[in-house]
Parts: sequence; C-alpha cells; structure tokens
Amino acid sequence: MTATTQTAQQPKDFGFDADALALKDVAEKFFQDNLPTQKLHALVAHDSNLEHGTASNWDTDLWQQIVDLGWLMVGVPERIGGMGMSAVTVATLVEQAGRAALPGPLVPTLNASYILHACGTDNADAALSLICEGKTFSYAACNQFGSWEHDASELVIEDDKLTGEVHFVQDAQKVDYFLVNAKLLNANRGGETTLVAVAANAEGLSIEPNAIIDLTRDQARLQFDQTPIDKEQIVSAPGKALKALHLATPALLVTISADMCGAAEWQLQTTAEYARTRKQFDRNLGFFQAVKHPLADFMVAIDLARSHLYNAACAIDHEPDTAEQFARMAKAAASDAASFGSAKSVQLHGGIGFTWECFVHIYLKRQLHSQTLFGDATYQRAKLAELILNQDGETA
Amino acid sequence: MSENAKRDTPEQQEFRSYCRDWLASNVPPPPNFKPLRNGAEVATQEHLAYYSAWQKSAYDAGLVGCDYPVEYGGGGRTRCQSVANQEMLRAKTPILPGAIGLGMAAPTIFFHGSEALKQRLLPKLLSGEEVWCQGFSEPGAGSDLASVQTFAERKEDNKWVINGHKVWTSTAQFATWMILLARTDKSDKYNGLTYFVVPIKSELGKSVTVRPLIKITGETGFNEELFDDLEIDDSYRLDDVGKGWQVAMTTLAHERGAGPLTTPMSGGQGLPEVRESKDASEPNAFPLLKLAQGCVRNGNPAIDDPVIRDKVMNMLIRQIGIKQHRRLRGVSGLADRERLALQDKLLGTEYLQDAAALALEIEGSAGTLSHFDTSAPDRGRWPLAYLSSFGGTIAAGTSEIQRNILGERVLGLDKSK
Repeated sequence: MTATTQTAQQPKDFGFDADALALKDVAEKFFQDNLPTQKLHALVAHDSNLEHGTASNWDTDLWQQIVDLGWLMVGVPERIGGMGMSAVTVATLVEQAGRAALPGPLVPTLNASYILHACGTDNADAALSLICEGKTFSYAACNQFGSWEHDASELVIEDDKLTGEVHFVQDAQKVDYFLVNAKLLNANRGGETTLVAVAANAEGLSIEPNAIIDLTRDQARLQFDQTPIDKEQIVSAPGKALKALHLATPALLVTISADMCGAAEWQLQTTAEYARTRKQFDRNLGFFQAVKHPLADFMVAIDLARSHLYNAACAIDHEPDTAEQFARMAKAAASDAASFGSAKSVQLHGGIGFTWECFVHIYLKRQLHSQTLFGDATYQRAKLAELILNQDGETA
Repeated sequence: MSENAKRDTPEQQEFRSYCRDWLASNVPPPPNFKPLRNGAEVATQEHLAYYSAWQKSAYDAGLVGCDYPVEYGGGGRTRCQSVANQEMLRAKTPILPGAIGLGMAAPTIFFHGSEALKQRLLPKLLSGEEVWCQGFSEPGAGSDLASVQTFAERKEDNKWVINGHKVWTSTAQFATWMILLARTDKSDKYNGLTYFVVPIKSELGKSVTVRPLIKITGETGFNEELFDDLEIDDSYRLDDVGKGWQVAMTTLAHERGAGPLTTPMSGGQGLPEVRESKDASEPNAFPLLKLAQGCVRNGNPAIDDPVIRDKVMNMLIRQIGIKQHRRLRGVSGLADRERLALQDKLLGTEYLQDAAALALEIEGSAGTLSHFDTSAPDRGRWPLAYLSSFGGTIAAGTSEIQRNILGERVLGLDKSK
C-alpha cells in the first residue's frame, strides 16, 4: 500500500447523491413513525430481569417491513438482484437505524453481504441471493478472548465436518444463517482460513445465548459438533478468505460506526431536550455551563465522527486502498464520542437518569456494546499505527 | 483545485487563469525572517515592509479586493475573491498583512459606512497603504464584549469626544485607522453602543497613546491604547447611533469567515498542521508522527511507547477529522451547515493547543528548549506553538464562549448570562 491523498480520487460530496438523500429521508421517517422511543422502551425494557435474556426483544412485524423495503440488500450488487447502493448511502441508512436503536440483525446482515461480495464466488453469490430473499446472516469469527483478528477463529473443518466454539456472535437467535470463519484442515491446505455459510438450524449446531447488558441485541456462543459442510456452503475461494475479509473490513467498521453516530445523535438531542425543560435553582439546566459545555463537546465529537464516517464510506466506494485506514479512524472517533456522550446522557439527567424507566440507559447499553464490536477505540488506533508505520517503511 | 475550477463561472474561469499566469512570475522570494502565518502576527517594521509590498503588488494586479466595486478601489468582479484566494494558496504566496483591514474593517465599512467613507477609506485599505487595527476589547470587556466602557460623548458642531482604554490590539503600532466600538449611552448595554472609524496615527502623542503589550511568547505585536479627549467628526460614525452592536456583529461574522463577503486571504493562512496541504493529508507525513519517530523515550523511539503511539494516532484522527468536517460542511442533505460552521474555531484552536502539548510530551526534556536553542528538536517550534496556541483559544471569542454559542444557537439551551 502506498501513501495517497484522500481527496484526490474522492468526490467532494462523499458521493452523497439524490438516491442517498431519498433513502435517508425515507429511513428517518420510517423509524420516527414505526419505532418511537416509547415503543422501543416497551419492546426491549418491558422486563428488567437480565437473567431472562434479550432474544425476544424485537418486533418481527416491523422487521418484515424492513425486509420488504429491501434494506437488507442495499449493499448487494444489482447483478445479483440487490440495490447496489454506495457505502455512503448504506451508512446514512444505518445511522437512522442506530438513532432508533433498532433491534434486529440489520447490521450483521449488511456486514455479511459485504464479506460475501468480497468473496466473489458463485457460492457467495448464492448466499447473497438469500439475503435478497430476506434471509438474515451473522458473521461468526471471535475466539473465546473476543479477538476480531481474521485468523483468530478456533473452529475447524475436518473431513467436511465443522467443529468447535465461536464466541460473541451477534443477534445469533434472530438470524437464519451464520457466515462462519473456520480453519480448513486437510492434507493439502492445513489450517487455512475459510468462510462457510451454515443454517441456524444445522445439524450439530447448538446456540448458547450470552446474558448481555444491551437490551437491543442478542449474542451467543455457537457450539458446532460435527456439523456437515457441503461444497456449496464454502463461500470463499481457495486461499482467498483472508483477502476477502481484509477487503470487507472497512465496511464492517463503517456500519457499526454509523449505528453509533445515529445513536449518539439521539443521546444528544434527548439530553438537550431535558436540559431545555428541567428546572433546578429556578432555571432550566441548560443555563448552567457545567451542563451546556459537555453537550457542546458531545455535539462536536459526533460531528467529527460523522465526518470520518462519510470519508471512510466514500473511500470504500472510490479509493479502496485508503479505506481501512479511514474506517479505523471512524470507528475510533465514533467509539470515543459514544463513550463520552453516553456517560453525559445519564449523568446530566441526574436521578431520573439512573432509573430503568428513563430511556437513556437503553442507548447507553447499546453504545457500550457497539464500542467493543470489531475492536474499541484503542484497538483501532493501534491498528491504524501499524498501517501507517508499515506504509512508511515501504515508501521510505 | 480542479474540483474548484470545475464549478467556475465563465468570469471565474477567465480570472483563475489570469491569476495563475500572474502568480507564476510574481510571488516574491521568501523573507529573511521566519515567515508569518497570519496578518495579526505582523510585529516589526521589517515584517510590515515585506508583507505590505506583497499586498500592494497583489492589489495592483487585481488579486486583492476583486469583488469590491471599482469606485471603492476594487476590481468590480463577482465572486472572484475566492478564486484569487485559492490560487494564492496554491502558489504558496506570503500572507496578506492587512488581516484586520481586509478581513474585518473593509466588509464592515462596505455594509455600514457612508458613501464618502467608502470612497475615502476602502482604496487605501485594499492596497495596504493604510493599516487598520481593531478597538473592541477593553480591560473590563473581554468575553463580555458588550460591556465596553470607552465613551464617546456627543458635542456641538457634529463632533464626538472619546475617552477610554482598549487592549489586546494587533498592529495598532502601525495603524492609521482603528475600528472602534464605543459606548454612547450608559443606560442601555446593547443599544448604547456606536461604531466609529478613528484616525489614530495622526493623533499619536496627542490624544491617543499606543503602548506595546508583550505576549507570553515574549513577542510584541499586541498593544493597548489610551484615548484622552480624542475629538472626531460625526462623519466617522458607521450606521446609526446605538447600532454599534449590530455593526460589530458584521465585523465578527467576517472574522469567523461566516460573513456575506469573501475576504482576501493568501498563501500562509492557517497553521501547517491543519492547512489543507498535500503533506498534511498524508498520515505518514504527520508532523507528530515524525517527531515521535525521532525522539527517544526510555531508550527507544518514542513512537514505540504504546501510550505515546495511541496519543499520536488520536491527534492524527483529530486532524483528519477537522479536514473532513470542513468537507462535510459543503454537503447539503448530510450536514447542518450552521451547526458545523459554529464548531470550526473551537475545533481548530483546541486541536493546535493539544497537538503542541503532545509534541512537548513527546520531546520530554528537549521540550524545555526554546527556538533560540540550536539543539532544540523541530527547530524549537513546539514550545512556541504551545504558548501561541492560547492566542487561538482566547482571542475572537474564547473556547468557553464558543461552547456557549453552540449550546445556545444549536441546542437551544438558555443563555448563560
């Protein structure tokens, strides 16, 4: 990879065109109408006993509407029947979903669509066709330590059988398929990373839910015991899985960053509304600079994160060589903004912010969960440093 | 630049190629001193002579003041100043010294001055023949600008008599004129202000005293001015009596680059860390990365220290974020432009301060060395940059005021006063 100036090949407007604007407006209105915060609270916070799990915390009728709108296939190429929209367009859609804290496997399925697209095989295209039909996917790759490194998976395929455990799988109890990262063991290709599509009801697969803090998602450990794998299920080309994952990485970081930017905007607006109306010492809270200034800082952090988000998305579309670098910046910026703003959203609500009935904890928990996905801010900065310093070594 | 050129009107297109031709052979050689980064830094006669000559030459060529009407000494063009600014930046010209005049006084006079004042003042302002300074802040009126106490008392024969004390004034030692915000009614804070243009050079040693203030960097450039029964004619008033606050808002909007007129700016504008140059957008040319590779900490390159590395990456992310933030500002449909524009000053100035502080941390003991010590890393730029950075976070509305503005104008929170 060589150092490049990012504006040289990117359109100035991030490629945000009339189609993108139209989709953004539709999505904004859709979530305002169909998932107002009151409804979200009833949906995910009806039960305060965390032991009961979060798997049923979603509205399957609302989900069907989302499927019917075609939003699972916005990033799927048109030749396979998808909408083939730009990454910037997808990012602005996900931002709106994040603002509504949508429960449902939208981001996991979009992520799978990017990985499958990067695989570029007939089997991957067949899996993309399933997405176009409304089927949902989740990418399963983490080891027990929660590593998102592409070669960290401890699953193995031996004699056409998939065996082992994979951890931190998102929305595992909601999706139809898993896009599984495993090591293919055989005489010729020992331990080579391979991607396979496995149905959620496959033989030998048990889904063991985690008890999680985030009320808007579910997460599980998958246990595979001699799950049979057909050739058709192998979606990566021989020896090319890591390359495909590397290619799709910026998109995975962009979708989660978009979700966080949207959620952060909800946190900002909700807390600002409280500061405009809640009175103490005979004044609205927002009068006090100890309240006003953190909200201003949160706003600036959100807008910086959004600037990175669109730049990274635009790089995916127009300048893939720099996309990973910019996507890591976006995830770091979004994670830091979320971390700062989540804390402020609870703190500035005071006593009511500490209660289950106040809405802010739903977003706090979603953001805490999102911060960790695909690596937190510190991890992203470490990866960014590696990218830049390696680049420097090559060009010096 | 090609992106800019693509959107040109025919007039802009023709003017752009004229600018390029002219700049190809008329950019002066660099000065014998360390080049300045903005007009407010002009502190010595040597600075003034070098940069005024450049302003005069660019003005004579039509690159400065091109959008002002011909009768006020301008070029009579339409939306061409931004073209000239882009081309001057591209040609890496010296800065224009008349930051107060070109950036603040000229648009204010243009929008609020009488016909006679515009004809008298604008030509010599644009050419740089007359230097301007800004008389807004006072010892008792900093962030709370509307509390200025310098008093203009109306006399008979259309005269005003001014008494008071202005401070933190760049280029007053060279200035022929001052834009002055004065109180004309003690009973009404905002509606008791009136805006004047004041000839100060001709009154020096008489009713006007200009004294240098030394900045925390040891540099001069700042001044304070005392007015002792300075008498001026009523024709030097801008707009109506009592309208001074509104007129001052025009000045401040242009200072922030948010006014209706594009003001002339050339080459050196902005600091290298945030400037949209080719170098700055290449992460591996990021100055703090280079610094951390060159400095030693615990026997190893500082960049190998994971904490330093994390901080350097964080600063790089902020720098690129600012660049993308400005890009986002131009995309309607994606951006609330006012919300983003109001963040710009805070973002830029706090970034420079934090970046300089990090540079000092990376340098360790060597960060104690000023730019006069030949062994200082990066030619000793960072201690000075850190000290200077407080000019950015304090002047033109402190960071605290910027946060008030964001909370109040964007989030609709109650005013903190």
